[in-house]
Amino acid sequence: MPRFKPRNRRPIAGPGGADDDAQLLERLRSGDEAAFSALVERHHDPMLRLARTFVQSQAVAEEIVQDTWVAVLHGIENFEGRSSLRTWLLAILVNRARSTGAREARTVPSADPTPAVDAARFNAGGGWSTPPEQWAEDVEARLSADTLAPVIREELERMPARQRAVVMLRDVDQLRSDEVCQVLGLSAVNERVLLHRGRGRLRQALEDAIGGC
Amino acid sequence: MLRRQELVCQQVVELVSDYLEDALSPRDRRRFERHLAICPHCTVYLAQMHETLRLTGRLVPEDLAPEVADEFTEIFRRWSAERNGPGDRPPP
Repeated sequence: MPRFKPRNRRPIAGPGGADDDAQLLERLRSGDEAAFSALVERHHDPMLRLARTFVQSQAVAEEIVQDTWVAVLHGIENFEGRSSLRTWLLAILVNRARSTGAREARTVPSADPTPAVDAARFNAGGGWSTPPEQWAEDVEARLSADTLAPVIREELERMPARQRAVVMLRDVDQLRSDEVCQVLGLSAVNERVLLHRGRGRLRQALEDAIGGC
Repeated sequence: MLRRQELVCQQVVELVSDYLEDALSPRDRRRFERHLAICPHCTVYLAQMHETLRLTGRLVPEDLAPEVADEFTEIFRRWSAERNGPGDRPPP
């Protein structure tokens, strides 16, 4: 069941995450099994979610993640630390996912003409005719956060695969934009176009859910 | 002096991600912020987007199932055995 992190939980991408990775990697290089388990535990969910944007099947996605770790272990001496470990892992995963050929990303992201907000909500002059209602400050007072987590997850599932990959990497896993581009092989402009559409969809889904309360 | 036309709401909402990603030119950023200063609706929209990002960033990772964790242990042990060679000796 989707849940939200408690507020005091340190995000994976937060301060210390990369340092911990570096330490775990050193221990792994010296053959420490517990360090490997900790790295797998930490990165498994982002890896599996990213794999699922390339293949429909959960089982195939899990195989891709396992293949990635096999490749990582065998290439561990090649990691030079120029990118973060996570960016390196995810880039390897994308290569593996593409080479399985299960669902090669066939569509090149384009300047999607769909606006972030329905044009019907603006008047002829481009001003709001149906403006958004204020909910940002009192979302959690009116609704438990657990009610909204499934709304976000379901909207993510409905997104086109590439858009979902960008939004998850940037906004769920909190990679930097340049890391997202590196992992997915996107230009900065395409990354922002996909991110913008995706975020617009998430905001709209939340507005629909909150407005009905 | 000719003044460049001000942004309207419909344009502002399409620039929100570039604004949040710090990808606007200084001039567009000023136009964006000038609009926000006089438009309560777009201010609400931006606040909603901040809230959307905050909630999205708090999705919790799925825990690794124990049987899946076991498979990774196997992967590690095979690698470790190959690396150390016969007799499971540590590398020289």
